[in-house]
Amino acid sequence: MTAPLLRVENLSTLVRGGAAPLRAVDGLSFEIAPGETFALVGESGCGKSMTALSIMRLLPDAGEIAGGRVELQGENLLALPESRMRDLRGHRMAMIFQEPGLSLNPVMTVGEQVAESVRRHTALRGAAADARVLELLEAVRMPDARRRAAEYPFQLSGGMKQRVMIAIALACDPALLIADEPTTALDVTVQAQVLDLLRELQQSRGMAMLLITHDLGVVAQVAQRVAVMYAGQIVETAPVPAFFAGPAHPYSRKLFASLPERAGRGRALAAIPGSVPRLDRDFAGCRFAERCDAALPQCAGTLPQWHEAGRDHVVRCHLYGSDERGVMSDERKPEPPTSPDSSLIAHHSSLLEVSGLKVWFPVRKGLLQRTVGQVRAVDGVSLSIAPGRTLGLVGESGCGKTTVGKGLLRLIEPTAGRVMVDGEDFLALRRRDLRLRRRDVQIIFQDPYASLNPRVRIGDALEEGLLALGVGVDARWRQSRIDELLAEVGLPPDVKSRYPHEFSGGQRQRIAIARALAVQPKLIVCDEPTSALDVSVQAQILNLLKRLQGERGLSYLFISHNMAVIEYMADDIAVMYLGRIVERGTVAEVMHGPRHPYTRALLAAVPVADPRHNPRGTIRLAGDLPSPLNPPSGCHFHPRCPAAMPQCREQYPGRNSWSPTQVAWCHLRD
Amino acid sequence: MPVRIELLWSDLLVWLLVAGLVGLALYTRKRPHLSAPWIRVGASASGMAAATVLSFFVLVGLLDSVHYRSALPSPGGKPAWSTELRSLLDRVLDPLRAGREKTYSAPLATHLFAKETVVLPDGREERVFPRLRHGGAHLADPEAGRWPDVATKAFRGLALALLLWFAAAIGVAAMTARSLGTGIEAAWRGIWGGRTPLQWRAVLCALAAVLVIAGPVAALAPYYHVLGTDKVGQDVLYQALKSVRTGLIIGTLATLVTLPFALVLGVMAGYFRGWVDDLVQYLYTTLSSIPGVLLIAAAVLMMQVYVENHPELFPSTEIRADVRLLALCVILGITSWTGLCRLLRGEVLKLRELEYVQAAQAFGVSNWRIMMRHLTPNVMHIVMIALVMDFSGLVLAEAVLSYIGVGVDPSMISFGTMINGARLEMAREPMVWWSLAAAFVFMLALVLAANLFADAVRDAFDPRLAIAGGRA
Repeated sequence: MTAPLLRVENLSTLVRGGAAPLRAVDGLSFEIAPGETFALVGESGCGKSMTALSIMRLLPDAGEIAGGRVELQGENLLALPESRMRDLRGHRMAMIFQEPGLSLNPVMTVGEQVAESVRRHTALRGAAADARVLELLEAVRMPDARRRAAEYPFQLSGGMKQRVMIAIALACDPALLIADEPTTALDVTVQAQVLDLLRELQQSRGMAMLLITHDLGVVAQVAQRVAVMYAGQIVETAPVPAFFAGPAHPYSRKLFASLPERAGRGRALAAIPGSVPRLDRDFAGCRFAERCDAALPQCAGTLPQWHEAGRDHVVRCHLYGSDERGVMSDERKPEPPTSPDSSLIAHHSSLLEVSGLKVWFPVRKGLLQRTVGQVRAVDGVSLSIAPGRTLGLVGESGCGKTTVGKGLLRLIEPTAGRVMVDGEDFLALRRRDLRLRRRDVQIIFQDPYASLNPRVRIGDALEEGLLALGVGVDARWRQSRIDELLAEVGLPPDVKSRYPHEFSGGQRQRIAIARALAVQPKLIVCDEPTSALDVSVQAQILNLLKRLQGERGLSYLFISHNMAVIEYMADDIAVMYLGRIVERGTVAEVMHGPRHPYTRALLAAVPVADPRHNPRGTIRLAGDLPSPLNPPSGCHFHPRCPAAMPQCREQYPGRNSWSPTQVAWCHLRD
Repeated sequence: MPVRIELLWSDLLVWLLVAGLVGLALYTRKRPHLSAPWIRVGASASGMAAATVLSFFVLVGLLDSVHYRSALPSPGGKPAWSTELRSLLDRVLDPLRAGREKTYSAPLATHLFAKETVVLPDGREERVFPRLRHGGAHLADPEAGRWPDVATKAFRGLALALLLWFAAAIGVAAMTARSLGTGIEAAWRGIWGGRTPLQWRAVLCALAAVLVIAGPVAALAPYYHVLGTDKVGQDVLYQALKSVRTGLIIGTLATLVTLPFALVLGVMAGYFRGWVDDLVQYLYTTLSSIPGVLLIAAAVLMMQVYVENHPELFPSTEIRADVRLLALCVILGITSWTGLCRLLRGEVLKLRELEYVQAAQAFGVSNWRIMMRHLTPNVMHIVMIALVMDFSGLVLAEAVLSYIGVGVDPSMISFGTMINGARLEMAREPMVWWSLAAAFVFMLALVLAANLFADAVRDAFDPRLAIAGGRA
């Protein structure tokens, strides 16, 4: 192996604030060879972003590098003066961030922002600099680069903004690119485009890349070596093929086991109990010991050393010490199946029957606020859910899936359509009658931090629904009901008197579920309930939702952009594109025999946590979601469709049945 | 001596406010999420020092808000009550109030400021500076005896103040020791090391500063006019202390008048949006386009005319002045709610999209309940910040309005009337500076303390700072 490009040795970073400083990064060591893609994986709060910021020396005010060495091409970065550091940033190493919308200056054209970096680090000026900017924008495959260079960030989509960020980072051919969750804020189809781009750029330019992510699928598709971080430390380092073939550390194994796509549909996901320990205390032993189900007696007391687990594969775990080797080789015992009890499922009729649901938002302009257009967020959606079943609603952000959920609850007033709940039209009810019927349908939201009022105690929040809907007259009964609900979602009864800020994201989501359950709904709209959570916590919540469905025969409308979660949770799937459903069918039909080109592209874009999976040869979508204010004529999908025909431009395709359950709206009939 | 307590309208409101604050404090004590920001205020040194100074002003204001009439000696059995309405503060400051001179005298003077023609015992007339009736009247030889006498009296006052301070400090240490469960010595060191949860060190320092000034002044006040006298010979110190109540009432009541408008309209506009929002926006846009001074002048003059036309409703000058003060509070409040309303509307527009509000809507919780339970508590930090920030602005506004003659009743002592009375004498040679200086220093101390306290409150209640905080 040649001399490493970047060598990090024993790096420690403290974050001040609170009583004791947090050791966000604690004794981290790794090396990146020239031209190598090295991935740093971990759940939120494990210190991976702090590592990146420490290397760039861009820590926030409260952060401080407490010790260690960071060498870039043999030069110790931590000893350099700030002025020298500024020359290095963007020149020999560059960074791209998670949120492309926040990383660009909104009042400068994107071309100007790329040119800024070019001028800072090279001698190019004037026309030469402009030419270089254009070359860079073309290198990141910005469509119509010359025109885009003169545009402002708000005129670009999220994917294009991230391309601009990459162009800025590439301006001076850096030897090292640090990418901090570069695709987390993007949709799967755009994520696939950006990952392809990063991989190609890295290969063609021989640039090394430090990729920081929480998504094992991304790692498998892009990286060559991987390090798993837990609570400020690296616990395992391995080449990607070896890691995905056999993760060594119990934590890594748990991460894999909690991926919904790895579990069978009928099985419970392996969730990691508890949460990441606070980093402001001293650790005597292994940091994962208290959550580890393979913990040995010495785990709590002695710090594990590095052990070989294979070629280039090292792990910080006592299990790989000389005599215990091989303990971890036996597979996890299969969990008992938790599929819903079939006796509760009656297929005779549907609980929810939505037909022709439209939610249009008028666009008003001028002095008299005349309506000049309609944003057709939801444009004629029909779906049905049988009691005890789950319908997964999938689509990219902006396709209107959340609006469907809120529209059928009348949190947003729909423009037209029918929502039959148990034989009664929800949309025709007057306000007073609606209030009484609201107990049938409840909702769980995406953001566990925004879904609980910070000023209301948990007990009072749970009681609110009971009071508002007049369920249970006396206070004693309500209190015992709240205790029951908390027990059902796995929380002790004493949380009643506490306030939301004392709980973690996963616990809050449990409370939100308990709140929805309080009024005994028949249908729960789950609006991306796990997309703000880490995989291990997501597994806990998905298990809980599955168990509740089995016990109570609940129906779910499960809204998500995550195909793996949908595949695990849903019985039927509806795929949405620009306000309309383009394909509908059972899970098996849609996942394994997608008929609509959009569904195929969506499935192909999902990064698979398996490096042997070859992403090439599958469909890649170009471009972004068009605006629902002005949808393309004919089939909405035709501008991005690889199989578009002339008739697609002219008329919206009709319903096309492939089986009694599978329907696609597409002209294609092969 | 029998007395009859009489409650002016403003007194009633002041005591209601005090009762409300005490109730609120008791309510807050039991709720950790409400008391947490106040504990943060307690940990702020500048905030606690400001609160200490402020509490002296509040004490003066409260003493001045208990009014009574004393009984007059009457020949018959029927009790007769004095026509003069006095307050507890007047009672405490009796020597100052009663010690009227003829006209201007300088601070600590023994003679009048202007020469007067006096008739000597032998019939000759001479222009001299006459002796004051009260200031330094106990001195046999004012020329030689004045400064030594002032020094001894001041020193005695200072010694007493230090004694008092020491007693207070010991008391605080004992209290801290009891609450922390440590020895009194450890508590003492803890206080001076700034390690107590409440910043007692700042409180004690501020207390020392106040006492060092107040002690000598209190010792001198019965014998001298410490801050001189004004045109009609009234003690300026007395006037300044009486002005405190006026300032406080304007500051608090006017702020409270703004509150219902701002809160109700702001939350409604943000929550309902649509035509309610349009209406509220038009209302406050229009209101804030009218020149405030004009509106206030018109309202105050209308009030004045009404009072003069209905003398039977307002039997005494004190009551008339009081009603006018209240009217000023109301009109100041009505003209200044727009800023807070706009802030609250913006915040509620943001909050109403949050998921807990939508979850409540999904339960069919009524709109009013959502506003009361989910929105209002979550904008209270903004209200709290705005209230303490507005207070000082309104105290200053009173001074300006009284100065241009549309403020409080001329018979009511306030900073504004003091400045108004003193402004013409600035041109005099030698200058009569003490009235203006006294008003200036008192107002500065009051407003500065209020502003520093407001700053501490703002820092403690601002959720963004609270998250990043802890490293102040």
